[in-house]
Amino acid sequence: MRAPSILRTQAYRIVLVYVAVFAVSVTALIAFTYWNTKRALDAQTDQIIAAEIAGLSEQYQQLGLRGLADVVISRSAHGGPGLYLLANRYKQPIVGNLDAWPGNGEKPNSFVDFDYQRRVENQLETREARGRVFALAGGFNLLVAQDVHERYLTERLFTTTLPWTVGLVLLLGLIGGALMSRNMLARLDQINRTSAEIIEGDLTRRVPVSDAHDEFDALAENLNAMLDRIERLMKGVREVTDSVAHDLRTPLNRLRNRLESVLRHIDPASNQAPEIEAAVAETDQLIATFNALLLIAEADAGVGRGKMAPIDLAPIAEDMAELYAPLAEEKGVGLKIDPAGATMIEGNRSLISQALANLVDNAIKYTPSGGRVTVTALETPQGVELRVADSGPGIPVEERQRVVERFVRLEASRNSPGTGLGLSLVAAVARLHDARLILEDNTPGLRAIIRFPRPAPRAR
Amino acid sequence: MRILVVEDDLEAQRYLVNGLKEAGHVVDDAADGETGLTLALSRPYDVAIIDRMLPKLDGLKVVADMREHSNTTPVLFLSALSEVDDRVKGLKAGGDDYLTKPYAFVELLARIDALMRRRSPQSVKTRLQVGDLELDLLTRTAQRAGAAIDLQPREFRLLEYLMRHASQVVTRTMLLESVWEYHFDPQTNVIDVHISRLRAKIDKGFDTALLHTVRGAGYMIRAARPAA
Repeated sequence: MRAPSILRTQAYRIVLVYVAVFAVSVTALIAFTYWNTKRALDAQTDQIIAAEIAGLSEQYQQLGLRGLADVVISRSAHGGPGLYLLANRYKQPIVGNLDAWPGNGEKPNSFVDFDYQRRVENQLETREARGRVFALAGGFNLLVAQDVHERYLTERLFTTTLPWTVGLVLLLGLIGGALMSRNMLARLDQINRTSAEIIEGDLTRRVPVSDAHDEFDALAENLNAMLDRIERLMKGVREVTDSVAHDLRTPLNRLRNRLESVLRHIDPASNQAPEIEAAVAETDQLIATFNALLLIAEADAGVGRGKMAPIDLAPIAEDMAELYAPLAEEKGVGLKIDPAGATMIEGNRSLISQALANLVDNAIKYTPSGGRVTVTALETPQGVELRVADSGPGIPVEERQRVVERFVRLEASRNSPGTGLGLSLVAAVARLHDARLILEDNTPGLRAIIRFPRPAPRAR
Repeated sequence: MRILVVEDDLEAQRYLVNGLKEAGHVVDDAADGETGLTLALSRPYDVAIIDRMLPKLDGLKVVADMREHSNTTPVLFLSALSEVDDRVKGLKAGGDDYLTKPYAFVELLARIDALMRRRSPQSVKTRLQVGDLELDLLTRTAQRAGAAIDLQPREFRLLEYLMRHASQVVTRTMLLESVWEYHFDPQTNVIDVHISRLRAKIDKGFDTALLHTVRGAGYMIRAARPAA
């Protein structure tokens, strides 16, 4: 298996989602802290202002305008955060440490946020302030405010830092995630590679187990245990087929030998000769069925997998078409081979030719006189294909799955000779080659396709 | 001809030996690989028939050892092991032919004949002749009684194989293996159809037939024997 680009892996996608959720959480958390702090500070400022106004309005009531002005002057001289402005009914300044009435301070008893100019170390600075307008009896206006410049600076720090913080969280999350998922992927990749090798036919491969005793090790151990079991089963199947092959072939061999021996010593004119000949023929049919079953079992056990060689399908298709041409001609069926291009695959020539012969044989058998059969080997985007198309009755869609099973013969073909193993054998050969047997409509007729995977590029 | 049979299944061995003796051969037998190898190396044989799975020494090993000792006796493997891969293994180990059990005795005889014939230096011939049928291997032309016969390339190879094994039984499997170079079990007897087309070309219109069907075995090409 090719190592996947890290960005397209599931592990990395999980990391991405996690980082995104994390970033949103961090943003929300910081935003909440900011909002809460700001509220508390605002409340504090408002309290100070309220207290000052209460004090000043008391001064006004007791000492009148002059007294209030004195207090304002003295407080203004402190140079602290307190800001004061006593103005006449036209908002023209009388005394205070503000140069002008803020433009938005129209409504009495409401809080206003405004900017003002202040000289700091001989530099004129624009600073932020928050205050409250108070209408005094007699038409005078009093503005009591607090310099909140420092607070604004802090707030601005918050707002300018926030995107950076989130960005940093994202960046660190992505880097961490990449490292984490790379580690995870390396383990997964190992498991994938091992599985691929096993699928290729090497049942002895096992997934490496580390010392970490983590979930991956648990997975690897389970896989290995499963593989041990599969290997044992496969070995069992192998042994069974081998001993069946041997222990059944031997008596079959003796049976045939004896029948032949009798046939050799008997007078050909005797009326027993045809009986014995028929018995030999029956034995041969039995042997043929037995061989086909064994071949299917072997192909499914992957016996021939190690012996694959690069082969060209086109000449095999031509040979099989040529081999069966007289048979088709005798039956009055047109047999045509379509020209093919490069059709190289890794395969077992003998098994593939057997499979193709079965398909061609079937096609000729089931195509009525006057029909046509076409054999093609071609390379398509889906893979390298061997196709046998006929104009016979075809196979109904619902039966297509079933005909591939062993010994299944359709009602219509019960009376023609055959074992019912032909298509099963084709399917088994296909499976052995990681190919697929596809039966589809040729409208009319059947199109059987063995679709081999595209050959791997040279580097193997 | 002297034939060595190495087979551990005693019944199969008895049958083989009897059958071969009936066919006029001189037969020695061995029931295990070691004895078989000793015999093969100590006496001259025309053909050795060796089972793949043998006690003491595996059949493959017997043949490999024979070849190591420069013994070139043609070897026919007999095996219950199924074909595809084992056949390759057997031939690679130095076997000349491979027959899977259960086999037909005529098939075995035909293959033995073919193996023995292979030793005689007839392959340098450029013309084959059976009766009045002639095959020119250089010009790839055929004629019978002076009349040219038009043959397709595959028909030519089929006839060539039959004529190289003239007067021998040639089985359908042998034809598929040698002429088409495929080894599998064609469900329908496609070979028969090819033979009948060939027969139409070489025998039709002539008084004597050269291509004969051997019942239960295969085919044989042979010149008409003078009536005796």
